[in-house]
Amino acid sequence: MGRTLAEKVWDAHVVRRADGEPDLLFIDLHLLHEVTSPQAFDGLRKSGRQVRRTDLTIATEDHNTPTLDIDKPIADPVSRMQLETLRKNCAEFGVRLHPLGDVEQGVVHVVGPQLGLTQPGMTVVCGDSHTSTHGAFGALAFGIGTSQVEHVLATQTLPLSPFRTMAITVEGELPESVTAKDLILAIIARIGTGGGQGYVIEYRGEAIEKLSMEARMTICNMSIEAGARAGMIAPDDTTFAYLKDRDHAPRGEDWDAAVDYWRTLRTDEDAVFDHEVVIDASRLAPFVTWGTNPGQGAPLSANVPDPSSYADASERLAAEKALEYMGLTAGQPLREIAVDTVFVGSCTNGRIEDLRSAASILQGRQVADTVRMLVVPGSVRVALQAVDEGLDKVFTAAGAEWRHAGCSMCLGMNPDQLAPGERSASTSNRNFEGRQGKGGRTHLVSPQVAAATAVLGHLASPADLTDAPTLVEA
Amino acid sequence: MEAFTTHTGRAVPLRRSNVDTDQIIPAHWLKKVTRDGFEDGLFEAWRKDGEFVLNRPERQGATVLVAGPDFGTGSSREHAVWALQNYGFETVISSRFADIFRGNSLKNGLLTVVLPQETVDRLWELTEADPTAEITVDLQRREVRAEGVSAEFELDENARWRLLNGLDDIGITLKNEADIVAYESRRPAFKPRTAPV
Ligand code: SF4
Repeated sequence: MGRTLAEKVWDAHVVRRADGEPDLLFIDLHLLHEVTSPQAFDGLRKSGRQVRRTDLTIATEDHNTPTLDIDKPIADPVSRMQLETLRKNCAEFGVRLHPLGDVEQGVVHVVGPQLGLTQPGMTVVCGDSHTSTHGAFGALAFGIGTSQVEHVLATQTLPLSPFRTMAITVEGELPESVTAKDLILAIIARIGTGGGQGYVIEYRGEAIEKLSMEARMTICNMSIEAGARAGMIAPDDTTFAYLKDRDHAPRGEDWDAAVDYWRTLRTDEDAVFDHEVVIDASRLAPFVTWGTNPGQGAPLSANVPDPSSYADASERLAAEKALEYMGLTAGQPLREIAVDTVFVGSCTNGRIEDLRSAASILQGRQVADTVRMLVVPGSVRVALQAVDEGLDKVFTAAGAEWRHAGCSMCLGMNPDQLAPGERSASTSNRNFEGRQGKGGRTHLVSPQVAAATAVLGHLASPADLTDAPTLVEA
Repeated sequence: MEAFTTHTGRAVPLRRSNVDTDQIIPAHWLKKVTRDGFEDGLFEAWRKDGEFVLNRPERQGATVLVAGPDFGTGSSREHAVWALQNYGFETVISSRFADIFRGNSLKNGLLTVVLPQETVDRLWELTEADPTAEITVDLQRREVRAEGVSAEFELDENARWRLLNGLDDIGITLKNEADIVAYESRRPAFKPRTAPV
């Protein structure tokens, strides 16, 4: 019987297989950041172990880094201490690090792909659930806990039990106004936050094949929000074109050998998935969340749902609690929800294409007086590219704040936070209670919806912008 | 890691589904660089409410958390497991756990037990009606027992063996050093390395 893409990648990494034991898998790339690594390095030190493959390990600073005044010492002593701990650990164990201020610094899941370190057919891990992002290249990439970080540092392997496979086939074409973010939010609303549990999801079908690498990363990034172990997309010419000539991409004969191998990384025709879901792309519309988990979403044109409409008791209770926390009433049109803050950034939507897309809407328009808008590029390289294209000017001219790269308001570990009761439209991936700051209320949106919302002051899509942008003299 | 064989204790019934790891331990606690001292951060936002079940006097000293479905979703932070353990929980029962959380818990000796939702409902009813009611989680017999409840649970044999013996994964893996070396020698040359180019 044929094998799925995920199974092929898994099989190619088995170091040891024995009855009654999990497979021992080799890890091709281990990404580190400051939050989930200190206790792992500490464990190594205590047991007198080394990092086995420093040449397959790389670290960046992202979660705690400020997005303003980055040349000054970090004000919060605890954040500073965590970054200093990472620096000490990387120096002591010989791990390559891109600290704040370095040109390769940025959110770990933006940095890996842009350096060309993420390639098809690899196993990629990081102590961070959004490692699923790297699956966009046809890699098997998943988040791990700190004990596993220590395990990979010491052995470059992980004992893992098998997963099930799910195919999500997106047929037809996405309407022009619909982005990858809308698609993945709609998928999660359909299968639920537990729907992918135990599965590696392979996204396929015409609509997926047409997506750029950035958009594919947005999709795979949020696989974890459906509970999946990982998300994957088979590599194709789009993937190879993205990788060609990047710093760590293979060169010369190696490139040819690699591409020959990468072309084999497709699910066989006769392979069988454990579960299949089919989505009709043409019926999708811009999508936003109204609740406190990423599965609680609806098309922007809908109303806040009535909890009593849920047949399932725990879903009903969850919806009631969510509406209370979010300060919303059933039946309220989603378009009428006013926001205070708009955040464009994160490993979901902090890449250059996302910034271009938000900027194209803000061009010649103004952010509403009632709104503060933060634009935080996913990495320093993304920021430089954006400056090169003049996007930073578009944002600042519109009244948005152009910040330094990092995770920022995606999780509010640095000073970029919502105040209690404040409401955001955010291009990040989690609308959990307090995620963006204690008592903060988050609506997950695409970069386009974020930009339109910033202009109008309430949840909106670009189609709602009836004004023609004012032409500004350059 | 400490071995887990069998545990008996009072329970905290947590009637909430989709308890994500941001709720279990909020992000600002993640700045610590140790594995202990997370007990005060456990469910921090909810604990501001005096009526929250963990704050009730009759729940003090409880060691078994009985939670709703999809417990531990979201961020991969292992701190969520440490916070539960630092607080004093030995085991968590739910009808469904998020994968990463489950993996993390078993690596740290926090036994996560999956039971059908009907059984979880009965444990909720029992421990809400009688806060002194005890629940026994018996890993040797793979069984949960409480007054009027006796339910078997599944756990794969390998995870069970490691928990029962308190074995450290890294030590086990390093016994297979020869296999790792052999694998490394067959890896294709085109695979990337992180050394600066
Ligand atoms: S941007 Fe957000 S989701 Fe991505 S790694 Fe940073 S905190 Fe995690």
